[in-house]
Amino acid sequence: MAKFDKNKITRIVATDCGSTTTKAILIEKQGDEYRLVTRGEAPTTVEAPVEDVTAGVLNAVTELEELRGIKIIENGKFIKEKTDEKGIDLYISTSSAGGGLQMMVAGVVKSMTAESAARAALGAGAIVMDTIANNDGRRPHEKIQRIRNLRPDMILLSGGVDGGTIKHVTELGEIIAAADPRPRLGSSYKLPVIYAGNKDAIGEIEEILKEKVSLDITDNLRPTMERENLMPSRLKIQVQFLEHVMAQAPGYKKLMKMTDVDIMPTPGAVGKIMETIADIHNIEVVGVDIGGATTDVFSVFKSDEAENEKGTIFNRTVSANLGMSYSISNVFTEAGLDNVLRWIPFKMDEAELRNKVKNKMIRPTTIPSLLEELMFEQAIAREALRLSFEQHKSLAVGLKGVQKQRTVSDMFCQEEENLTLVNMINLDMIIGSGGVLSHAPRRNQSAMMLIDSFLPEGITTLTVDSIFMMPQLGVLSEVHPEAATQVFEKDCLIYLGTCVAPVGNSKYGKPCVEVSLKYKDGKEEKASIPFGEIKVFPLGICEIASITVIPTKEFDMGAGKGNEVVSKVHGGTVGVIVDTRGRRPFNLPESSEERIKSLKKWYTEMSLYPGFER
Amino acid sequence: MAHAYTPGLKVTPNTVVIKERRLPLKGNILVKKGDKVKSEDIVAKTELPGNVVPLNVVNILSIAPEELHELMLKKEGESVEKGEMIAQSRGLFGWFKTPVLAPASGVIESVSNITGQVIIRLKPIPVELNAYIDGIVEEVLSGEGVIITSNAMFIQGIFGIGGETEGKLVIAVKDIKDKLEASNIDETMKGKIIVGGSKVTTDALNKAIKVGVKGIISGGVDADDLKNFLGYDIGVAITGHEEKGITLVTTEGFGEIAMAQKTFDLLKKNQGKKASINGTTQIRAGVMRPEIIVTNSNIDSIPKEEKTVCSEEEFIGMCVGDNVRLIRDPHFGEIVKVKSLPVELSIVESETKVRVVEIELEDGKTLIVPRANVETIEK
Repeated sequence: MAKFDKNKITRIVATDCGSTTTKAILIEKQGDEYRLVTRGEAPTTVEAPVEDVTAGVLNAVTELEELRGIKIIENGKFIKEKTDEKGIDLYISTSSAGGGLQMMVAGVVKSMTAESAARAALGAGAIVMDTIANNDGRRPHEKIQRIRNLRPDMILLSGGVDGGTIKHVTELGEIIAAADPRPRLGSSYKLPVIYAGNKDAIGEIEEILKEKVSLDITDNLRPTMERENLMPSRLKIQVQFLEHVMAQAPGYKKLMKMTDVDIMPTPGAVGKIMETIADIHNIEVVGVDIGGATTDVFSVFKSDEAENEKGTIFNRTVSANLGMSYSISNVFTEAGLDNVLRWIPFKMDEAELRNKVKNKMIRPTTIPSLLEELMFEQAIAREALRLSFEQHKSLAVGLKGVQKQRTVSDMFCQEEENLTLVNMINLDMIIGSGGVLSHAPRRNQSAMMLIDSFLPEGITTLTVDSIFMMPQLGVLSEVHPEAATQVFEKDCLIYLGTCVAPVGNSKYGKPCVEVSLKYKDGKEEKASIPFGEIKVFPLGICEIASITVIPTKEFDMGAGKGNEVVSKVHGGTVGVIVDTRGRRPFNLPESSEERIKSLKKWYTEMSLYPGFER
Repeated sequence: MAHAYTPGLKVTPNTVVIKERRLPLKGNILVKKGDKVKSEDIVAKTELPGNVVPLNVVNILSIAPEELHELMLKKEGESVEKGEMIAQSRGLFGWFKTPVLAPASGVIESVSNITGQVIIRLKPIPVELNAYIDGIVEEVLSGEGVIITSNAMFIQGIFGIGGETEGKLVIAVKDIKDKLEASNIDETMKGKIIVGGSKVTTDALNKAIKVGVKGIISGGVDADDLKNFLGYDIGVAITGHEEKGITLVTTEGFGEIAMAQKTFDLLKKNQGKKASINGTTQIRAGVMRPEIIVTNSNIDSIPKEEKTVCSEEEFIGMCVGDNVRLIRDPHFGEIVKVKSLPVELSIVESETKVRVVEIELEDGKTLIVPRANVETIEK
């Protein structure tokens, strides 16, 4: 990474090349602090006729120039001799265009080294296409065929603790060699394979694989049964990603020359900023970044198993084919038509809907212009978020984190391992990011989408990335943490408000909770809210109030059924949202008529759409 | 903005088409620079490594891995026939020896004294690459493939299924708004590529396969019809590998959408000529759109000064007065005129604040739509 005199940096351009849109932000030092000045965006140009990602970057930066009234680019290059009227000090970028990094991982035991390898890959920002293990139930020829068919960008091979038997990991090496894998992009280079297994097997692995693949050796990611060491593998993955995979995508070689520091994979950058938020506020966080092709979910939860100073465990998962444009049709297929339509307060023609979804898939940069289309897209977004979160909960289990100590007896306690670390009642904050959440015409819509898909329990603060700039701030925090933190706190995170949701079920209209909200000026608002309602209490941005919630004996607010909870709540663009629609499970009315009636009532209380205002 | 970037699909009567024909692995090139080739000519060939059959001989013989090399009758690199003995245990006092027979014919690729695994590589799979279009070999990519150039009519589709194929063009409907139904297809269309109007039905697709039609070009196709035809729903737009025995190229999208008049007229003009079509579509990770290519007879004199189609194209902008196609509701599929390009962001019905374009509909009414929802049409 290049060295900079941070004090001299006063104007920064940061871009994120997404699979659909390229987003640019301009940050300037104003007095003593760094602030976001303006933003621009343009379609990502990996498609013909342009087929060069830098064209989209230049278009997005041109918007910055026009909006700020300064010159940033000359002859397709950033102006580096900065004056008041032109030029910048620093240009950085993240990217997920070109389909991101697609990997296969291999390990000896599915629930041990193979799982650790998957975590290393996910943490580095990859999509894990498949996990191969000696005990995964597939016969060798099936594994070989699978590697051949999938054509990953890279393979991470692990297995065996240092000093242990080399037989099993060597067998995996033989399988990879037999598959003779070819990279997905371009035939002119060898597929990168990173070996992070038993160090005693390095000689054998070299002998088997050296001629067939581009082999890179690093430290064992599971040197002993009780210890994970993921960071060396993650760093190798990122280096290989830049040198081999990204360099094959259209225009990336040019883009890599333009940036002042290495391009970071978007999910890696977003993960970094999410961890920072949890760290600064000492809270438990779930974050989501919903893109055009994939949806990433991040979580930071406190755990006794954690090894870091904060006692937290960070997890990231990626749902490779759940997204709002390229993958929209897959969301529709996976969630099912009924699940999507349950959020729509009117009847729609099913055949026409299927065509609409497919047309968005083949023309991914289009925008819903009609209200009905917006409502439909937001219904699909709820399902994409719900499915991604379910996947996250099932993967965020057991041994986690960069490095983790476990006892051998823990290793064999399978029941314990399957428990998710995601504890909704303890969760303090949900952070939404990505086009459909950050650019929803009304912030109320973002709040409702987050509630409907994540189903927060107890008291949970809801926030969104104001204009979808977390990826850029993530990479900026690597170069200039001070600037990144200042912009993040002042310009990025928007408080939507707080969701108050008792856990339990009853019949619509039966008593559920008594709520009392005490404002700073001493004013108090009380309400008795029956089951099956949404009630919004106004509480503005930067305002904090004290809330007392007394649930009936069927409901739990985190202190046990029927027990009172007193807490501080954050205000925001929406306010305090009391959601008594039930949890565990959450159900919408079965009859179409009742469902539409309820949706209309809730949407009106939330002032969700034009025509649905309080 | 000085210009508005908007994606557009190429529809042109005459352009220089450059096609890179690349082998999946290095192999032999059968043509040389300057050669005149026909679409069906084989220009390169190679052999893909055969599949492998792993066999754990150590487990079969109940021996230690380090004993394996001693007991192998066939060594690495040797050929074996199916049923041939490749290893044998020592037995008891030379009796009761357990044989290990080759489960398939091939070559012994590896014998591991760590895992006890013997890997037999089956016979290589030959791959032949044809020229795909009539043209001239412009360049030979040493051992990897060739670049072929040609003068051709070129139409980019929006979505398709099925891979490369070729056949004579037959117009099967009267008008761009006509549906292509089973009744439009008859035995005379065997081996042809047929052109429909606004959409193609499942029945028509099935009838086309029955008759032996090689490809169908249509304005649209219903998502439900395609699902019924394929037997599954397409979740992510990565296609081309379908093995239905037919290639489908849609020019406008999903649903019943009249084919653009210009596209239809161009196809009609080329009726009876040989067309090379490919339904392969990939919307992410290196975008590929389906295509229809009809090479001109005068491939001997390809004008060099023209821009190429498949390698690098001009940056398409949108100006006032241009015709554009609406690619999202309202008025999806209609061709409209650009009336103005406001610089400032505007709010549309969904309350989305976006860059917009003011357009004029056929009936003279005007409408504001997001710029992202229009597609340029070549002037």
